[in-house]
Amino acid sequence: MNVGSADLQQDFYALFSLPRSFQLDSAALDSRYRELQNQVHPDKFAHLSDTERRLSVQWATRVNEAYQTLRSPLARGRYLLSLHGVDTQEETNTAMPVDFLMQQMELREALEEARQSKEMAALDELEARVKQMIGALQQQLALALDEQRDDAAAAGIVRKLKFMEKIAEEIGAAFDELDS
Amino acid sequence: MALLQISEPGLSAAPHQHRLAVGIDLGTTNSLVATVRNGISVVLNDDAGAALLPSVVRYLADGSVVAGEAAQAEQSTDPQNTIVSVKRFMGRGLKDIGDAVDLPYRFVDAPGMVQLRTVAGVKSPVEVSAEILKVLRDRAERSLGGALVGAVITVPAYFDDAQRQATKDAARLAGINVLRLLNEPTAAAIAYGLDNASEGVYAVYDLGGGTFDISILKLSRGVFEVLATNGDSALGGDDFDQRIYCWILEKSGLSQLGVNDTRLLLTHARAAKEQLTDNAQTQITAVLGGGELVNVTLTRDEFDAMTQNLLARTLQPTRRALRDAKLSVDEVKGVVMVGGSTRMPQVQRAVAEFFNQTPLTNLDPDKVVALGAAIQANVLAGNRGGDDWLLLDVIPLSLGIETMGGLVEKIMPRNSTIPSARAQEFTTYKDGQAAMSIHVLQGERELVSDCRSLAKFELRGIPPMVAGSARIRVTFQVDADGLLSVSARETNSGVEAAVTVKPAYGLQDDDITRMLQDANQHARDDMLARALREQQTEARQLLEAVDNALAQDGTLLDEASRQRIRASMDGLRAVVDGGDHNAIKRGIEALNQATVSFAQKRMDQSVSRALKGHKMSELEKN
Repeated sequence: MNVGSADLQQDFYALFSLPRSFQLDSAALDSRYRELQNQVHPDKFAHLSDTERRLSVQWATRVNEAYQTLRSPLARGRYLLSLHGVDTQEETNTAMPVDFLMQQMELREALEEARQSKEMAALDELEARVKQMIGALQQQLALALDEQRDDAAAAGIVRKLKFMEKIAEEIGAAFDELDS
Repeated sequence: MALLQISEPGLSAAPHQHRLAVGIDLGTTNSLVATVRNGISVVLNDDAGAALLPSVVRYLADGSVVAGEAAQAEQSTDPQNTIVSVKRFMGRGLKDIGDAVDLPYRFVDAPGMVQLRTVAGVKSPVEVSAEILKVLRDRAERSLGGALVGAVITVPAYFDDAQRQATKDAARLAGINVLRLLNEPTAAAIAYGLDNASEGVYAVYDLGGGTFDISILKLSRGVFEVLATNGDSALGGDDFDQRIYCWILEKSGLSQLGVNDTRLLLTHARAAKEQLTDNAQTQITAVLGGGELVNVTLTRDEFDAMTQNLLARTLQPTRRALRDAKLSVDEVKGVVMVGGSTRMPQVQRAVAEFFNQTPLTNLDPDKVVALGAAIQANVLAGNRGGDDWLLLDVIPLSLGIETMGGLVEKIMPRNSTIPSARAQEFTTYKDGQAAMSIHVLQGERELVSDCRSLAKFELRGIPPMVAGSARIRVTFQVDADGLLSVSARETNSGVEAAVTVKPAYGLQDDDITRMLQDANQHARDDMLARALREQQTEARQLLEAVDNALAQDGTLLDEASRQRIRASMDGLRAVVDGGDHNAIKRGIEALNQATVSFAQKRMDQSVSRALKGHKMSELEKN
């Protein structure tokens, strides 16, 4: 396969020369990220002309964005769907399954309880549970995107993951709160 | 007349001249300058052999300025005009300085940054810092025998945008070309990492005179990757002095001291703190202005007890940084100690206890930051191949904008690797809304009032639309110095507004010009000569760089493009040795313009090469 000329507009998978799938070789992603930054990072251009410095910032920014996107399962799923022309409608589509919403409410109550009682152990336990649920959703997403090729189902899972990520973030904030 | 270029002994001057570059640690208490000489990073001493320059600046009635030892010697006799620990005021408003009433200065609450009234007029912390930097610049230029190409200036990792911008402005005011603002813990890691050729996860615990940083880094084959950073930009050795000072007052039954006595006792407090590093107890004896005698004995145990909660305040950010890096304590392979305050035995003990290991102290904690900065400056100046190592740093605090109800919407989360760009879309909330005000904030809290306001600007001329149908895309771009610029664009109509974030807490270009003009005639001539030298240096570097690029990759261009570039080069060569710095500047701009597409082609080629190498190795594997 011919890599051809690199350009700033190519998609993130092409930028890293990785196959367009949800499951990816994270070791390859890491090492290519470093190789690319080694070529384009502003530190390599600090002594060169304004033009070259500007270009380097653009490229390094793009490579960072691509890496952040592909490294995070949620962002990667969303991005892959956008390449398929599917909008995940995370802000607009609120029609979530009832059992999922019930579960969300229950998690939020547990978080609130842990926060009120200032119990580190309860927070640890909740974090582990959420982590496990996120892992399960990621497996479902891999199945929907790479095996079943069911983009509609995948978009639904991405929306669920977004909820879970929000909870995980709030658990992090609660840890900070307990620590101050 | 052409300037002579001096090369290192043993190295030929052409084609790659050694470019004089330094690393500067602009510290709260002391500042240092270092450079790489014959491949080794060394701190440059002053004529008396001292490496550390006290970060103290004294203003005199005749307008002259003294910085360093001489200024420090007068801090108790002339406290109002002798500014110590000015770093604490960089990019800060009066309300940010919690202990302002305890300090001997006459603060002026200016919009943006606090200022100080001295006998020589009102001075901003940027101007005060510039005085320190000027001394270091002169020291370096005399020691190295030539004008500097530039410097890497270190800042606490936890410095926000306003503090970074203020630091960069101070350097500019001191006539220093800033190659990069580098985070202090990262600089220390470079000095250690290259020394020890280590791999794995390291924590850098950096307790300076006025700031605390903790950085978690991953070192692997030539890459320094900052995973997370945290800290407190208002916590340092000064707070330990302050504890002792308060204890002295209490013990001696004193209250409400004058500025001279305050400064005198703070000086004694610091001396006592240093004594307790090697002694179990120390005697504090001083005679105050009114003749009162202070005579107390402080033991190390008492000192430990009164500073326990300061130590706790360093461990809290440490836990957060580890959590952000998704690592546990036992995954940390080594802990590097940085900053003079880490000499205190209770600090070393607390850190050892927290990490379950003895922290590394084999490099001088006062010098390690400057040494690392010098190594990076040498690379950035182009003195090495550049493929030796890669440094990936992060922003310390989240960046966002104000939304309805005084809430902050985060656009770029903390610990994002820089350079970085993030965009988010917003919309109007009223029918026919023609303008949108964009308020840029930095911090982790949800409420606008709890975060630092960095800038406000307006996007005007939005065409009339129904509420909710405008699409306003706000883009944050953070460069490799960690400095932010923000732009907003209505995507349906293409209306645009942009701001480099520096109005609220930084200096405008006009301010810098004014400050430069404030300097006396002699200094101004000096400045002009310097500006010319800098333009000439830049022009020669550019010519050399383009020459090399043409030699390497000239085949990427057609004959006409090559001719055009050569014509621009000839144009610049014709003026470079003349005395007209504007003509040189125009020549540099023209050559930059002429090489835009060439630079793009070269970049594309090197990216393709990076990936191509991969493809081949994979094919062989399969």
